[in-house]
Amino acid sequence: MRTSPDAVLKTLADPTRRAIFERLCREGEQTVHVLTDHAGVSQPAVSKHLGVLKLAGLVRDRRAGRETHYSAQPRGLEPLLDWMTFYSAFWQERFDRLEDLLKRIDQ
Amino acid sequence: MSKPAIETLSIVVEREIPFPPEKIWRALTQPHLIEEWLMKSDFKPIMDHKFKFTADWGSVDCQVMEVEPHKTLSYTWGAYGLGSVVTWTLTPKGNGTQLRMEQSGFGTDKQQQAFYNGAKQGWPKFIAALEQVLAGLPA
Repeated sequence: MRTSPDAVLKTLADPTRRAIFERLCREGEQTVHVLTDHAGVSQPAVSKHLGVLKLAGLVRDRRAGRETHYSAQPRGLEPLLDWMTFYSAFWQERFDRLEDLLKRIDQ
Repeated sequence: MSKPAIETLSIVVEREIPFPPEKIWRALTQPHLIEEWLMKSDFKPIMDHKFKFTADWGSVDCQVMEVEPHKTLSYTWGAYGLGSVVTWTLTPKGNGTQLRMEQSGFGTDKQQQAFYNGAKQGWPKFIAALEQVLAGLPA
């Protein structure tokens, strides 16, 4: 099922979680260890955040030996983009209709 | 022009309209007129009034948040899995009106406000990364 824009926003509302996602966007694939070194919280906490990000479709994981590698999934942001694209067109069209209506009605 | 602003997840449409604010206000607040350009609704320009916009594709749940006749009208807009706030601002300009509509995903709704306050710190840095990511997405 597709993630709702609201769920994406809520997932990224947590500053630590957002920092992890940002880092993955910026630096590419990272191990949990490396992410923990930069996160300022414990490894279990980082793993938990990664679990939430994965559930929202924002990251993907890959097992390699004893390490799990995570990478950002930019497509996870698409619900937000879709929302904006839809409403931009929607309001433009409604403004046109509003102007038409104003021309027709009495002062 | 409509301008999706990823910074605030808001959409702004602004137009100069050759009619006075009073007339535009009627079109924004009288259900029989609202229906002609937006959707069918049981809107009333009363604070906290809960209403719905309905169309053949579904409905939008709303609540009035701000009413300042001929100047500002704001209501929550819940649809498509995202609570947002729609704010209309009317500013007299010459013989007409500058009409501005902003739909924002970070509204003044309590929950959204709490979210926004939590998200504000470090948000600009995140936006920079986000824009980079979006630039790399296939069109």
